[in-house]
Amino acid sequence: MGGQFPRGQTAIAGLATFGLGECPGWTTIEMAAKAGQLAVADAGMRMGEVDALFICLPDDILAGLSFAEYLGLSPRFTDCNRTGGSAFMSHVATAATMLAAGYIDTALIAYGANQRSGGGKLSTPVGSNAWEAPYRPLFPASSYALAASCHFHEFGTTRRQLAEVAVAARAWANTNPEAFAKGPLSIDDVLAARMLSSPISVKDCCLVTDGAAAIVMTRTDRARDCPAPPVPVLGAAAATWHNAISQMADLTTTAAAESGPRAYAMAGVGPDDVDVVQLYDAFTINTLLFLEDLGFCPKGEGGRFVENGAIGPGGRLPVNTNGGGLSCCHPGMYGLFTIVEAARQIRGTAANQIADVDVALAHGNGGALSSQATVILGSAATI
Amino acid sequence: MSDDATETGPERHWRTALAEGRILLQRARASGTVFFPPRLMEPRTGDADWDWIEASGMGTVHAVTVIYPKPPEPPRAVVLVDLDEQVRLMSEVEGIAAEDIAIGLRVRARIGERGGVPLLLFDVAA
Repeated sequence: MGGQFPRGQTAIAGLATFGLGECPGWTTIEMAAKAGQLAVADAGMRMGEVDALFICLPDDILAGLSFAEYLGLSPRFTDCNRTGGSAFMSHVATAATMLAAGYIDTALIAYGANQRSGGGKLSTPVGSNAWEAPYRPLFPASSYALAASCHFHEFGTTRRQLAEVAVAARAWANTNPEAFAKGPLSIDDVLAARMLSSPISVKDCCLVTDGAAAIVMTRTDRARDCPAPPVPVLGAAAATWHNAISQMADLTTTAAAESGPRAYAMAGVGPDDVDVVQLYDAFTINTLLFLEDLGFCPKGEGGRFVENGAIGPGGRLPVNTNGGGLSCCHPGMYGLFTIVEAARQIRGTAANQIADVDVALAHGNGGALSSQATVILGSAATI
Repeated sequence: MSDDATETGPERHWRTALAEGRILLQRARASGTVFFPPRLMEPRTGDADWDWIEASGMGTVHAVTVIYPKPPEPPRAVVLVDLDEQVRLMSEVEGIAAEDIAIGLRVRARIGERGGVPLLLFDVAA
């Protein structure tokens, strides 16, 4: 019986982003609430209609309770799931199944953080465990660097190929008014960047920005009455195989190899049906791993797949069309921003709109390549 | 392994042994699977019937990253080592330049200490 999903029965009815880049003078919960307010308005609803809250904030482990209090709501269900930056994909899975079951009627999923204005460094309550901390890895960069070292060793992947990922992200960002990091970025720029934890240079790392996002989900029949076209959720699946990088069984294969196929099966689509792809690119190696694990190219071919601008504007597969965590925004946890960009692509309102998008994939990552979660969104024509 | 509640958890047992100069691993009796870090039961199966064994100390570098702190602090490497018993752990290899550590390098465990705390480290195997 496991693995059932109410395909297309629920939809994103409202969405918003707020304060991407720099948003001085705002607290995290104010930012999340602002994005929530905008998303509820986008759905043509009133805040009082929200009866389920899904949130995690970097500085408040009981953020769901704080958010309910802040909004003055008494939700039927409150979820502070924290699987790192992928938490929001799990929020979608929970919200979809609860909406379809009639347990809740209107779900608000929100995130906000002032990581740039609040200090300029990645702020996270998470760190290395007791078996890794004594060796002083950079958390989390060294974990991803260790995985990259295995990918280089096993498949001949190169820093130049990683640089392709950063360059493609910048090219998308350059034509997205919301994106924070703009301006020319060449492969040589990335190769010349200061090395942080080899083979990861500072230009292989996501940004540290402010930013907030929110989506409103409801049953699709109700979402049809909202102002914007509904964005049905076709599938949502999460998988976790480890937490610490030293416990990752195969450092070149992530649990996206499980979450992806399960989400595809729910959605009744495969990689060839996906028109636009949003991947959590905390580091450039992520994009290669997820392209492979989600079936867009064979295992080990990610580096060659992205060469020659293949995932940038005009390439063979549009990936991270907002500029990604590398060049659009990365306020500590980025997962919800991939969902918003995927939904905008379905609606036809993205800054870098791809033509005729019927299926969009948003993939979240949490921890040290630990939590992987995939959401597949469709147009009205897919249900 | 008994369930006697007067014993410590496996992690304390492991750290006590390390302080006494022994590197322990756990081996499930039924499957023969060796596991680390210390746990109450074999991962996946939940089999609580296991023995402490002493590690051979021999291993191979499975992954390596060189961290570049701001000068004058020198570059330093962090590695994942696969012990010959088929368990993986994070550590450092001492006595070799960070940038010379390559995947596949054979290494031998040694119990060092930092800040008065025993620590599992590695040297290049002769």
